[in-house]
Amino acid sequence: MLIDFFLKLKSHKLPVSIKEYLTLLEAMGKGVIGPSVDDFYYLSRAALVKDEANFDKFDRAFAEFWQGVETIPGIEAQIPLEWLLKQVELTLTEEEKKQIEALGGWEKLMETLKQRLEEQKGRHQGGSKWIGTGGTSPFGAYGYNPEGIRIGQDRSRNRSAVKVWDQREYRNLDDSVELGTRNIKVALRRLRRFAREGAPDEFDLENTISSTARKAYLDIHMRPERRNTVKVLMLMDIGGTMDDHIKLAEELFSAAKTEFKHLEFYYFHNCLYDFVWKDNRRRHSERTRTWDLLHKYGHDYKVVFVGDATMSPYEILQPGGSIEYFNEEPGAVWIKRFMDVYPKCIWLNPEPEEIWGYRQSIQVLKELMNGRMYPTTLSGLERAMKVLAK
Amino acid sequence: MRFNGSDEYVSTDDLTLAVNAAIQLQRPLLVKGEPGTGKTMLAVQVAKALGVPLLEWHIKSTTKAQQGLYEYDAVSRLRDSQLGDPRVHDIHNYIVKGMLWQAFSADSPVVLLIDEVDKADIEFPNDLLRELDRMEFYVYETRELVKAKHRPIVFITSNNEKELPDAFLRRCFFHYIRFPDKETMEKIVGVHFPELKKTLLREAMDVFFEVREVPGLKKKPSTSELLDWLKLLLAEDIPTDALRSKDRKTIIPPLHGALLKNEQDVHLFERLVFMTRAKGA
Ligand SMILES: Nc1ncnc2c1ncn2[C@@H]1O[C@H](COP(=O)(O)OP(=O)(O)OP(=O)(O)O)[C@@H](O)[C@H]1O
Ligand SMILES: [Mg+2]
Repeated sequence: MLIDFFLKLKSHKLPVSIKEYLTLLEAMGKGVIGPSVDDFYYLSRAALVKDEANFDKFDRAFAEFWQGVETIPGIEAQIPLEWLLKQVELTLTEEEKKQIEALGGWEKLMETLKQRLEEQKGRHQGGSKWIGTGGTSPFGAYGYNPEGIRIGQDRSRNRSAVKVWDQREYRNLDDSVELGTRNIKVALRRLRRFAREGAPDEFDLENTISSTARKAYLDIHMRPERRNTVKVLMLMDIGGTMDDHIKLAEELFSAAKTEFKHLEFYYFHNCLYDFVWKDNRRRHSERTRTWDLLHKYGHDYKVVFVGDATMSPYEILQPGGSIEYFNEEPGAVWIKRFMDVYPKCIWLNPEPEEIWGYRQSIQVLKELMNGRMYPTTLSGLERAMKVLAK
Repeated sequence: MRFNGSDEYVSTDDLTLAVNAAIQLQRPLLVKGEPGTGKTMLAVQVAKALGVPLLEWHIKSTTKAQQGLYEYDAVSRLRDSQLGDPRVHDIHNYIVKGMLWQAFSADSPVVLLIDEVDKADIEFPNDLLRELDRMEFYVYETRELVKAKHRPIVFITSNNEKELPDAFLRRCFFHYIRFPDKETMEKIVGVHFPELKKTLLREAMDVFFEVREVPGLKKKPSTSELLDWLKLLLAEDIPTDALRSKDRKTIIPPLHGALLKNEQDVHLFERLVFMTRAKGA
């Protein structure tokens, strides 16, 4: 049974190891927890999940697992977790049971309940709102709630009616959600780390002295230089629906500016063509030729495109496809040029990754980028930085 | 040994459980959470509640794993030999015990706090794997094996500045301290100010949580700021009424400098209040 739990976590892409699973078993064997599902939830989380960014994933996996357990008929017989489940008591009076019958019976109630839970998840709400307390909902009215199968948890009895894992409290710590003010600090730290990587060594005087004294021969030590050598050229799509997201990416990189040796920003619209510009308000008067960028910034620059890559494929593939002016060469040619000149070149796309497959232009650009397109989530950023740092 | 919370520290059920799992299975407990959520205080309080000594190892960016084991003071020895000091003949005189060694050699179990492990080099946690696993290490200079008489109860805190290596994480229990909700925060305040009037507490909490909601703050006030602020309010004898307002968004709470320590945040906050006021007028 517990192995199913472990596999369930794995199928939700949680990085759990056998070692941690054994720790959980050991803890249960040693009686660290009492017979309470809440305790089991907390213990398994503490033993198996080592990053709060994965708590939400864990909550979802746990919910699925637990639902499965709950619906197995003759539950006690099958589960070595009996001691846990024996505690499942239905605390309904005869009168309440009758009322349930009146409402269409137990099965029906369970069905409705499940539906409510689904709805609740769909609407991304906090967990406790939907249970009517004032007698408006059948679940509240009869002192029955989805956890009405009350579980032997003395301390928690009057604390919360909703399962902890169903509250999805850690949703905003999930690193696959989009960048926002909440997680921008973490993003920044990852960016800084990227900026520091690959710095050359410098002479470590202190370490050399002590090591020489210890070994009685000259033992020179080096350490990574703290200063940064990373140069970044950012090209951003501006003037569309994604402006907010693109601004965010810009702010993010600006905030890390001191960490880079050079950081340059330019704008384009939809796709890259003959011209880019530095000041969006004067985009028509003060343009820079894209050729000049290629000449000015050496191939050791890391190039980051930011844009939703959402347009008619025609805008990428045809000369004259630009919606701003007549471009002699198609955008695709320009992208290819950049890919040829800059070995370290990636695209950040604020659109959610799940929808990329449905937009032809995103597919086209991703292909032009040799697949190096990443969502602007923490983990997307992480993947992007890995590629840039390689 | 079992931790059941303490009078001076508010521990949630899940935290208490994680602490006890770590104690019973003798694995380190890694604690993360926003600044000021009581990560450091936890180890202090557990030690106190269990009535065992506490050893604190505060990590800096320059800290090396080896320093937790021992250091060989070669420079002193070199100097002593120049001066003809007889101590020089015994190498033991130049071996300085680190925190881990002290914890291992204690006559009764101790709580060992490794505070802010993420400050150190990325390799730091990996360098301690074996020592934390086996609770032993070898001293090459004196050719002796130091083995823990009692496995210490190890707490490790991190502020998330660096990611920690997987191999290290697999060996720990993990707990993330969430920012306290109102109910928990009232309990925490109660622990520090048992005499505080209910009305003042209620108003102050409302102000505090509203300030935390202000969008764009560089540093949201945390538990420590709330506690500092309350201390000031009490010292200055600020009446509850000064905190109360029909529309609190149009007044600047007294002594708000204690809540917002960052100058930019103070400006932002004041500007917001003025803007709301102007709109309301
Ligand atoms: N649960 C709690 N019960 C009692 N006091 C608390 C609690 N949480 C925080 N505090 C108080 O808040 C202050 C900050 O706590 P502490 O220094 O342990 O936080 P921290 O998480 O280690 O912060 P940092 O990340 O800045 O090191 C302390 O004065 C502590 O007494
Ligand atoms: Mg601390």
